[in-house]
Amino acid sequence: MKRRSLLKSTLLPMIAMTVLAAVLGGCAGGKTADSSSRITIGIPQDIDSLDPHLMTAAGTKEVMFNVFEGLVKPDASGDLVPAVASEWTVSEDAMRYTFTLRDGIRFHDGSAVTVGDINYSILRAQGTGIVPALSEIAVVNTPDDKHVEIVLNQPDSDFLCNLTCAVIPEKNTSPETTPVGTGPYKFVSRSPQENIIVTRFDDYWGEPAGIKDVTFKIEANADAIVMDLEGGSVDMFARITSAQRDQLSDKFEVYTGTMNLVQALYLNNAFGPFADVRVRQALSYLLDRQGVMNFVSDGEGAALGSSMYPAFTKYFLPELNDLYPTDVDKAKALLKEAGYDEAHPLEFSITVASNYQQHVDTAQVLAEQFAVSGVVKASINTVEWNTWLSETYKARNYEATVVGVDASTLSATALLSRFQSDADNNFVNYSSPEYDKAYQEAMSAVDDAAKTEAYKKCERILAQDAASVYIQDLPCFVALNKKYTGYQFYPLYVQDVAALKPAE
Amino acid sequence: MKRAGRKFSQYWRGNVMFRVGFVLTAVMLLFVLIGAIHTPYPPTAMNEGAKLSGFTPAHPLGTDHLGRDMLSRLMTGAGTTLLIALGTVLIGAFCGSVIGALCGYFGGLLDESLMRIVDALFAFPSILLALLFVSLFGSGRYHVIIALGIAFIPSFARTVRGEFLRERGRDYVTSARLHGVSHLRIIFFHILPNAGDVLLSSVLIGFNNAVLAEAGLSFLGIGVQPPDASLGRMLSESQQYLFKAPMSALLPGFLLVWMILGFSLAGEGVRAGER
Repeated sequence: MKRRSLLKSTLLPMIAMTVLAAVLGGCAGGKTADSSSRITIGIPQDIDSLDPHLMTAAGTKEVMFNVFEGLVKPDASGDLVPAVASEWTVSEDAMRYTFTLRDGIRFHDGSAVTVGDINYSILRAQGTGIVPALSEIAVVNTPDDKHVEIVLNQPDSDFLCNLTCAVIPEKNTSPETTPVGTGPYKFVSRSPQENIIVTRFDDYWGEPAGIKDVTFKIEANADAIVMDLEGGSVDMFARITSAQRDQLSDKFEVYTGTMNLVQALYLNNAFGPFADVRVRQALSYLLDRQGVMNFVSDGEGAALGSSMYPAFTKYFLPELNDLYPTDVDKAKALLKEAGYDEAHPLEFSITVASNYQQHVDTAQVLAEQFAVSGVVKASINTVEWNTWLSETYKARNYEATVVGVDASTLSATALLSRFQSDADNNFVNYSSPEYDKAYQEAMSAVDDAAKTEAYKKCERILAQDAASVYIQDLPCFVALNKKYTGYQFYPLYVQDVAALKPAE
Repeated sequence: MKRAGRKFSQYWRGNVMFRVGFVLTAVMLLFVLIGAIHTPYPPTAMNEGAKLSGFTPAHPLGTDHLGRDMLSRLMTGAGTTLLIALGTVLIGAFCGSVIGALCGYFGGLLDESLMRIVDALFAFPSILLALLFVSLFGSGRYHVIIALGIAFIPSFARTVRGEFLRERGRDYVTSARLHGVSHLRIIFFHILPNAGDVLLSSVLIGFNNAVLAEAGLSFLGIGVQPPDASLGRMLSESQQYLFKAPMSALLPGFLLVWMILGFSLAGEGVRAGER
């Protein structure tokens, strides 16, 4: 009797459940074609603002790149392409930029984009001050309902890259909560610390996005990334480490690119010994770039010889990598001239943020490479990221530090302007009248070739002065489930989701 | 010395816990001592060709992510951890005993005011206090010792104060007072030896906490500075390679367990021996 009841109470429901599960499974199986029109992308931190003119974090901009567009936008090769504007002209003196509004372009809410919206957006972005370069704008004219003319205070042939700032509708009174743009995806919802959901904008002016529904899931716990990818709750994650890459199964395609930053041993030029160019050059001679890359990033990445990374093909000078070939004897001779020898070694500390393991590892390898000479003793001082930001970066209270500096706009200025003697963010305290002159030359040049040449001159001066010990651009790995394809690397901090499509 | 010897043999015969704990600790000390004199490789020497190698004849316990010999690093790392824990307990026990003794013996306003400060310190977890000190005075092993030492004062002060409160009303204290013995002499020569056993077991427990606190601080990247090794530092560096080279995390973890198990068993043994 007891046994029968057991059969009845347990076994039958179990059988029923199994059958039901099979039916449900069948349904899900039938929907696979549809499931790939939906993707979940892991992002490392929550976004700081939905208002395109207030957002500052690179991690926010790379997500909202899919929602907002400016008059122009960057493409994967690093060029600026038309977006809200269909074409533009620049006056001879590089003072006047005239844009033609794209025909029939609409906002996500269905309303047409007008020149008034563009005028409003540019002045609003200028008002928030998040993009300092916008202050160069003297006036925005709207001669008719198809054209916008931007007049600058001074000539700047490189100004276009700042006009990627989002165009938003003037009548939207709450851009902070209901963002409306013109991008390939429109905003659906946001749950703080959880996710941001966007969906394809069907009236997009350009190539429609390949995947319909996109969820950006916030993955605050870096250790869980591999498990979430393997478990299927996340389909893509940008910037995984090489150790994480090695743990992924063949369900994933791993795209290899570079992080687009200049990782260097930045030397505080105001710190006694580093004021001497011979000491800085000696450190460069002691560096073995390939050695560092072998240790820190399994030999991957790109060697750098100045403050410029290879994704900027137009400005990058590969020959600077060989300016200081590893030469211990030469380094020792230079150090001797500067007054350092085995009895009086050069001692300094390398401050590094403890949360960036690759920077900590780089510092350790560097200390080891410097020690080979017997004349340089580098100690390492790890600090917390916020301490690094306030003490090292802002207060410039350090001797040397390992960090990666990235570019916020598609312009060489992003990587070079900080080395002007009086730049606010010149955290290495580099000071060279020659550099300042070359940089001013680049700023005032109207002709593109002359401008490029002036930028290259800046890079050469930095390298010859050994302003810092330039090391590498770190490799970047993007994991994408093989259900999808089409990931594109940008020379900027951008995730172009519209380029992804279901693999077929 | 003779008394210590007698105590030792009493504990040794008394219980298994003490014997096991003592042997574990002795082996650990031997390991650390050998490491202080000689390691198979320099503990910071990197080897590009042997990154995260498994157990090989050249590197019996493998290498870490920069190709540094694990055995050598474990030897010096355990030594560093031990040194920090020892220094921490010394500072904590000394300052804590003095504060606790004065408070417990004299009582009154001094007791009230000092103990309220101690209470305030007690309200924070010791690792948080240490974090605060480290961010104020900088990192590095000596700063860590001082930071942790200060953070450990309250628990010692409380224990010792309790003992003194109990002892100060005893007849031998009263008679010593009547004989005109000075307060300081009574505190340190008459009462303190009687608090010795309680102090000893709290030193042993405090030692364990100090080992863990050092590991915690170094794990957070603000304790021992690279390229130096400590068990916490090694754990923190290995976490990225957990799947690829689990041994680089398991070995320092195992050594940490060994160290703590040895000391806490010995401490437990002493406590049991007193009953």
